[in-house]
Amino acid sequence: MLNNIFSRSRAAVFLVLAALIPGMAVAQVDSGDTAWMMTSTALVLFMTIPGLSLFYAGMVRAKNALSVMMQCFTICCLMTVLWVLYVYSLAFGDGSDYVGGLGKAFMAGVGVDAVSGTIPETVFSMFQLTFAIITPALIVGAFAERMKFSAMLWFMAIWVSVVYAPIAHWVWGGGWLGNMGVLDFAGGTVVHINAGIAGLVAAIVMGKRRGYPQLPMKPSNLVLTMVGAAMLWVGWFGFNAGSELAADGVAGMAMAVTQIATAAAALTWMLAEWKSHGKPSALGLVSGAVAGLVAITPASGFVGPMGALAIGIASGLGCYLAVVKVKRAFGYDDSLDAFGVHGVGGVIGAILTGVFADAGLGGAGLDVSIASQVGTQLVGIAATIIYCGVVSFIILKVLDNIIGLRVSEQDEQVGLDLVLHDEQGYNLNLGS
Amino acid sequence: MKLITSVIKPFKLEDVREALAEAGVQGMTVTEVKGFGRQKGHTELYRGAEYSVDFVPKTKIEAAVPDALVEAAVEAIVGVASTGSIGDGKVFVSDLVQATRIRTGETGDQAL
Repeated sequence: MLNNIFSRSRAAVFLVLAALIPGMAVAQVDSGDTAWMMTSTALVLFMTIPGLSLFYAGMVRAKNALSVMMQCFTICCLMTVLWVLYVYSLAFGDGSDYVGGLGKAFMAGVGVDAVSGTIPETVFSMFQLTFAIITPALIVGAFAERMKFSAMLWFMAIWVSVVYAPIAHWVWGGGWLGNMGVLDFAGGTVVHINAGIAGLVAAIVMGKRRGYPQLPMKPSNLVLTMVGAAMLWVGWFGFNAGSELAADGVAGMAMAVTQIATAAAALTWMLAEWKSHGKPSALGLVSGAVAGLVAITPASGFVGPMGALAIGIASGLGCYLAVVKVKRAFGYDDSLDAFGVHGVGGVIGAILTGVFADAGLGGAGLDVSIASQVGTQLVGIAATIIYCGVVSFIILKVLDNIIGLRVSEQDEQVGLDLVLHDEQGYNLNLGS
Repeated sequence: MKLITSVIKPFKLEDVREALAEAGVQGMTVTEVKGFGRQKGHTELYRGAEYSVDFVPKTKIEAAVPDALVEAAVEAIVGVASTGSIGDGKVFVSDLVQATRIRTGETGDQAL
């Protein structure tokens, strides 16, 4: 994103700087770019509500379907409020190498005439907000069916402030990872590795759902899950092609590689399951699609069509193994595979970005050798995993001691819809 | 009067309803049920988590009939509900002590 602009064109750097420094606002708004970015913003919001919400709701048991949808929707609202208060400023305001300052707190200076690159800063800010919405919402999948709603809200509010905002700043806000040359076009590190690691830590700190894995925990409605996955795919064009922050050739290639990697990953997962189990499954197919979407995210502005094909196949297979084999071997209960798909897919994508961005492999070209770029990518991955893992762990432990993270055993058996919200997602009994 | 309780494969419901109507049975009550007999359940697989489903979905049909109709009704059910494979279900016949039509207060065969 911003990193991409810095690396691509000096004119763009100047425009961004001009927008960031008061009194230097000479940049011009481009109507085509602006129209595309407003569309992209809506598409990325569409990924969380309804896409991810439906994807998750279909995978939990019927008694918890409403609870995960409500968590995603509430996260959308809460992140929006925090974003305009101070999180946007921490992520994208002028600051140090590690975190933005509070210069843009309360959206100071983000008026009708404020420009970021070639688009109004209002649009830039709202586009980035949709990323700050989906990232915490992804984590919901890891602790689904057992977390207290109040604890979830506290966790998300603190997490977006002290984990998401700094890491977004490191990579896209002019921070140290971006300056170092880490390539993350649309959020493989900031969004997916970040959410995946936070999810894994949450799943381990909170413990397994009662009865896992002996008790059957069948998805309540895979039709909803397929619909949600399809919405994620559609919305992801805004996520990846929108991350160019312009309507140009790079955005066009980002859209193409997104489609290619997703299709390849979906087929790969389906075939892997077909071969190992004997039958292809709908859940496997759409899980593979999401794995491909995740893995192409960091690469989308840098790789070509054949690189996308390779990234799709690698992520389809890698995430399949992580979800089906690794999770079972270690025994943690990442309910809906937030880590298995987003964490693992994010790492695969981040590493392969450093490979397939090479011009010789059909990419946009690297300033350094593949080995050197992969090394830089690994630093970005390691920094995110360590910082996110440690800080998420601390937040969760503190909250657990103060308010408790889990609902009671009995409440978990009854289901979160009824216990936490006095409602039920499904009232299908005849006559009631 | 007898109560004929049959447990059949769900997709055979329409055939059985038609056959019973042809045999002269005037009404029935249908329930979606789960159970098992000699037929094994099946397994389901979700992202590598394999669950065995022991209770197989079945459809239960209850029909109260006059004694004279019992044989024809049972034959009708068995005739159309059979696929020849394991899990086709069962037909039970039990004595029925009393029947009353709520609207008119009629009892016995008149109420069926």
